[in-house]
Amino acid sequence: MIAEIGLAALWLAAALAVLQMVSGAFALRSAEGEANPLAIYARPAAVMQALLAGLAFTMLVWAFAVTDLSVKLVAANSHSMKPMIYKLTGTWGNHEGSMLLWVGVLALSGGLIALFERRLPERTMGATLAVQGFVALGFYAFLLLSSNPFERLPVPAVEGSGLNPLLQDIGLAFHPPTLYAGYVGLSVAFSLAMGALLTREVNPTFARVMRPWVLGAWVLLTFGITAGSYWAYYELGWGGWWFWDPVENASLMPWLAATALLHSVAVLAARDALRTWTIMLGVLAFSMSMLGTFLVRSGVLTSVHAFAVDPQRGAFILVLLGLYIGGAFTIFALRAGAVAEGKRFSFSSREGALVFNNVMLSAILAIVLLGTLYPLLTEAFDVRVSVGPPYFNPASAMFAIPMFLVMAVGPLLRWKEDSPRRIRFEVLLLAAILIGVIGLVSFFGQFALLPLLGLGLAAALGVAAFLPLRGRKLTRVPVATWGMVMAHFGIAVSLFGMASEGAFTQERLAAVAPGGSEQVGDFTFTLQSVNPVAGPNWTAIEARIAVSRDGGAPVILTPQARNFWSPAQATSESALLTRWDGQLYAVIGNQAADGRWQIRMWWKPFVTFIWYGGLLIALGGVLAIIGRVRVDMKRRKAVSLGDERRADLEALGVQPGLAE
Amino acid sequence: MKAKHQRLVLIIAALIAIIGAGLIAAWTLRNQANYFYLPEQMAATPPAAGQAVRLGGMVQPGSLATEADGVTVNFMVTGNTEDAIPVRYSGILPDLFVEGSGVVAEGSLGANGVFMATNLLAKHDENYVPKELEGMGTAQAAKMAADTTVGLTQ
Repeated sequence: MIAEIGLAALWLAAALAVLQMVSGAFALRSAEGEANPLAIYARPAAVMQALLAGLAFTMLVWAFAVTDLSVKLVAANSHSMKPMIYKLTGTWGNHEGSMLLWVGVLALSGGLIALFERRLPERTMGATLAVQGFVALGFYAFLLLSSNPFERLPVPAVEGSGLNPLLQDIGLAFHPPTLYAGYVGLSVAFSLAMGALLTREVNPTFARVMRPWVLGAWVLLTFGITAGSYWAYYELGWGGWWFWDPVENASLMPWLAATALLHSVAVLAARDALRTWTIMLGVLAFSMSMLGTFLVRSGVLTSVHAFAVDPQRGAFILVLLGLYIGGAFTIFALRAGAVAEGKRFSFSSREGALVFNNVMLSAILAIVLLGTLYPLLTEAFDVRVSVGPPYFNPASAMFAIPMFLVMAVGPLLRWKEDSPRRIRFEVLLLAAILIGVIGLVSFFGQFALLPLLGLGLAAALGVAAFLPLRGRKLTRVPVATWGMVMAHFGIAVSLFGMASEGAFTQERLAAVAPGGSEQVGDFTFTLQSVNPVAGPNWTAIEARIAVSRDGGAPVILTPQARNFWSPAQATSESALLTRWDGQLYAVIGNQAADGRWQIRMWWKPFVTFIWYGGLLIALGGVLAIIGRVRVDMKRRKAVSLGDERRADLEALGVQPGLAE
Repeated sequence: MKAKHQRLVLIIAALIAIIGAGLIAAWTLRNQANYFYLPEQMAATPPAAGQAVRLGGMVQPGSLATEADGVTVNFMVTGNTEDAIPVRYSGILPDLFVEGSGVVAEGSLGANGVFMATNLLAKHDENYVPKELEGMGTAQAAKMAADTTVGLTQ
């Protein structure tokens, strides 16, 4: 019954998406200020659709919670013996479930905007909801026609076949939902951009409506990427935190586009400039989300994450991708000329700096995109290549370094026009820090160029982030400005972590007999014993390693090599020792023939700053949202107060005739 | 500057940057893309010593030997023909790495003809085969994919 309710809800939601699309399109046909009788259904349809999609998703979670083995998806991906939390998170740890989550979030955000957004003209709103409905419809079709999550088995399975043990991790509970919510939040930005373009309402009001959605999606993407990076770091046991894996790139590309969009929408809201550029970025950001979904979901890439390998589904998403992106860019090309140009600005102004960095971000996006797609292109010619850090690191750094330099001084410039001479003290200070740090570090040792530059830039950016506050009364600085300061400081912190990890990591790989000791960095580690242990659905060998820093009190680390029995698979569980200035990372390997155990240890100074920085960036985004929404609430209150007063005056003024 | 001009200048600047990015990408990709070799290809046309490449094939049964330090292994990788490439690797072997399993080694060919691997990618779970191994002929791929887990579940 549960599965049937879910399926029915999904079909109904798809039907409502059609209604929303048609009704929204009718709004476009009506003249301004005049309500089309058919246009009134778009908002209720969007809200109902959100409820139904939510219901469908809840039903699937329910089926997983009670391990309903007559549902094919549950039987294929769950197991009655699995811990409850992983039964629940397993709902979206597979292709169908994660697509249902995708659509659910899409419907939810459509419902939210239909329910709460009252600032836009009704025609623009109608067009936006029509586009949102059109996007949703494609994905409902995809779910219902090619990957029905509620499909029943003719005969219920006796037992489920389990879940990939790599995915039995708390990281899975948060990682995909946040990323998806981020991807899909960009769909609202896309719909709004299309709506504004269709009705030629590209103006600051539109930008202020779009901004919270872009900020929200960007915060979620930032958080999702940060969490995903940490998850890969400790779960894969390779000691790396970013592999330029296609699936990681699939989340990085929308983030880069969203970062550019975020800044350009800020210019549009504040200064009414960069109109067409903002629309273009809105289309681009969602295109990258769709491309990310395509890359992950179609199985075209070799990747740890590509657990859905099904070319037919890939073709379906590719068609959707072509339809939406192609359609959007066609409308853009046809309509962009009709959008009046916004306000102008000189090159040395805050807008100028933002535009420069927008272009740099787009260039990095191009680098990542080409590197990710290149292996697919060459494979068509039967040449197999893989593209890794030797390509991505230098090629993206070429654009990232100028971007960081401009980012340091951009917020210090004034809007519209400014003289670089006005900020020469700050520029000289930052240049001195940059050169000083690089000189100091290279004095103490030989390091690769990129980590060295990273250390210098991190120091300069860390100081630069706070310079906009100079000479201001801190209690009167707007919350949104604090958000910017924090996000920019987060970039510096993260960059510092990456550069330190790259420059100062120490590694020790050795075969150690029980009782034997080895050294890595300041740490001495002793292998005390290796024992078998067991968990709810795995067995493992576990090493007890006593680690002491400079002869201090020892701490016990217990890395494991785990074997899961359903499905049969082995994983390596690293053990981490976190100190304020870095992390010690331990992995146990195989036993050599003579009884010694392979132990691999890394001391990674300040590696944790990478993720602290990511969290700071996300937090900065949250502060910006809070600040903007508060300002908006105040404005709305002022407007409604004004309206009341006017109404009062009018009520009084009913008798002006008498006064005369 | 006239309004039209500013827009034009912006568009041109953006285009130059994006095209520049494209050119840099194309140039770097040509130099830095990591080409994939089968053992027979590597034997016939070896890559330049020190160039980063990937070697994919099957770990020849009976060839896996661990050195005295306990962490360096030597083994032979074979493909569709008799050619076998010696591989040397220091590190923890992937979870499902055994003789007879499929492997992709990242690294470079040394001057002495030994492939120095910096990283080994092995079959990861039941559903994952390194993609490069897929085109190796069904019999061979099946052989590689066949229950490599058995050897590890001690």
